[in-house]
Amino acid sequence: MPLSKNDLDAILLTLELASLTTVLLLIIGTPIALWLARTDSWLKRPVGAIVALPLVLPPTVIGFYLLVSMGPNGFFGQLTQSLGLGTFTFSFTGLVIGSIFYSLPFVVQPLQNAFEAIGRGPLEAAATLRANPWDSFFSVVLPLARPGFITAAILAFAHTVGEFGVVLMIGGNIPGKTQVVSVQIYNHVETMNYAQAHWLAGGMVAFSFIILLALYGGRSARVRTL
Amino acid sequence: MFGFRKVKAPVVSDDGRIRARFVLQHADFRLDVNLDLPARGVSALFGHSGSGKTSCLRCFAGLERPQQGYLQVAGELWQDSQRGFFLPAHQRAIGYVFQDANLFPHLSVRGNLQYGQKRIPAAQRRVALDQALELLGIGHLLERMPAALSGGERQRVGIARALVTSPRLLLMDEPLASLDLKRKQEVLPYLQRLHEELDIPVLYVSHAPDEVARLADHLVLLDDGQVRASGPLKETLLRADLPFASDEGAEAVIDGEVCGHAAAYELLELRLPGSEARLRLPHAALPDGHPVRVKIKARDVSLSLQRAEGSSLLNLLPATVESWQALDAQMLLTLRLGEQRLLARITRYSFDQLGIHAGQALWAQIKSVSLLAP
Repeated sequence: MPLSKNDLDAILLTLELASLTTVLLLIIGTPIALWLARTDSWLKRPVGAIVALPLVLPPTVIGFYLLVSMGPNGFFGQLTQSLGLGTFTFSFTGLVIGSIFYSLPFVVQPLQNAFEAIGRGPLEAAATLRANPWDSFFSVVLPLARPGFITAAILAFAHTVGEFGVVLMIGGNIPGKTQVVSVQIYNHVETMNYAQAHWLAGGMVAFSFIILLALYGGRSARVRTL
Repeated sequence: MFGFRKVKAPVVSDDGRIRARFVLQHADFRLDVNLDLPARGVSALFGHSGSGKTSCLRCFAGLERPQQGYLQVAGELWQDSQRGFFLPAHQRAIGYVFQDANLFPHLSVRGNLQYGQKRIPAAQRRVALDQALELLGIGHLLERMPAALSGGERQRVGIARALVTSPRLLLMDEPLASLDLKRKQEVLPYLQRLHEELDIPVLYVSHAPDEVARLADHLVLLDDGQVRASGPLKETLLRADLPFASDEGAEAVIDGEVCGHAAAYELLELRLPGSEARLRLPHAALPDGHPVRVKIKARDVSLSLQRAEGSSLLNLLPATVESWQALDAQMLLTLRLGEQRLLARITRYSFDQLGIHAGQALWAQIKSVSLLAP
């Protein structure tokens, strides 16, 4: 058996983390993208820049600030402690929060592009056909932005699977709790356990390749049907 | 926060007329209109591009929220900025036909048509889907996707989609502007049928004089965001202070009904209300009593004191001089022809030679008549 129990736990935890993060990101990212696509406010540029920050910052920087703010003396840590939730550092919840920040631009940007491409036309048509704004979101915006949602979901999932720095900073390396595949590979290499590292690393390469294939393959299939 | 509460439109005193006042201020444009439009028939909003026609129409729809606004339709108040009342677009009983149809690309023709229809209460459905399909000749397109339709078909679907919401007011934003001449000819007859068969007031935005002359009953002339004129079509077209009558293409629109057809000569004969005279024009036969609208250009009408004999002209009609105005070396005369009016452009010399005076009876010799609405 090439994979140890710890390895399997790491794989399961990674999939769990990526799935949960993707779902939460779609819920959080949609209103942000919708607002960015529609607003004329001066806040549009600063908010857009903040959302894009994780694209350029080293993950360790994001991890560091999250660690400090979620820690026992941080603002967010004080808040969670006063609510009787303890602190989220070195916990799965902490990883989810970190992943959300880290992958936010990968969800917001494709969604924003999709919403901008829809334009005002279909929404105005829906309004003149008696659809209120919620109704037209579900009956017009969602179906028309579907390619954007698929891209956003795939990118969020894949990007979360691939994160390392943020996890290490706020989650540490606790088997079964915060030890994800990328960290486990690092552990194997540290302990000169190259065979185990190969199995996990090779699996990640195959996984990433399949994801990208799905992404590009899906795109060209959509182009053909149009 | 999830509620979009249904606001009941307050009922106001009702003669069914459409009363609107909008003041919309953009950075480089100001729309300031005050309109009182008839409760039935087609009212054309006519003007050059940039005159504010579309902005005005969007205000009626609630797609634009003017700084000051008042709107009353079919006895209901839709908007009154003084009371802080604004009925959002999705709560107004309108049908809106967009310039480029604006069909939902992800829905079939059937899906597009049903989108609005299923969002109004069943009790309010006065226009049935079948009726709209038949009226616009799109029954065979139901299962197609919008991308597979021609421009003319798309526009007809757009019109049907607006109709099946049983609107109290149909707003049409240059529905023919994006079509080539052939497609225009394809859609126009359907617009005409709409006019004849449905009792829904229509606001029709256009910058094409021919469309307006053919379809409208009431004419609003917009210029630079202001109303230059608003009145019944035929009278407004003749008004000498407006560009219609004063420019080279001045023309009168005349309504008549078919009263005969000379098959040997392919000549259609029209009866004009309030006049004994018959108007004849080359055209294929139409059923007796069929309403027909024609236009006659002022420069195609000449005048004589006696009935000219032995002329090749088809139409020699008795008319009475009503008024005139000078245009450079020429005179533009308004003549009474039964209940309707005709324009004639003659030289100032002829005007003096004939001794034209108000109430004078003479013969109008009409060189050419063109059919607007078969």
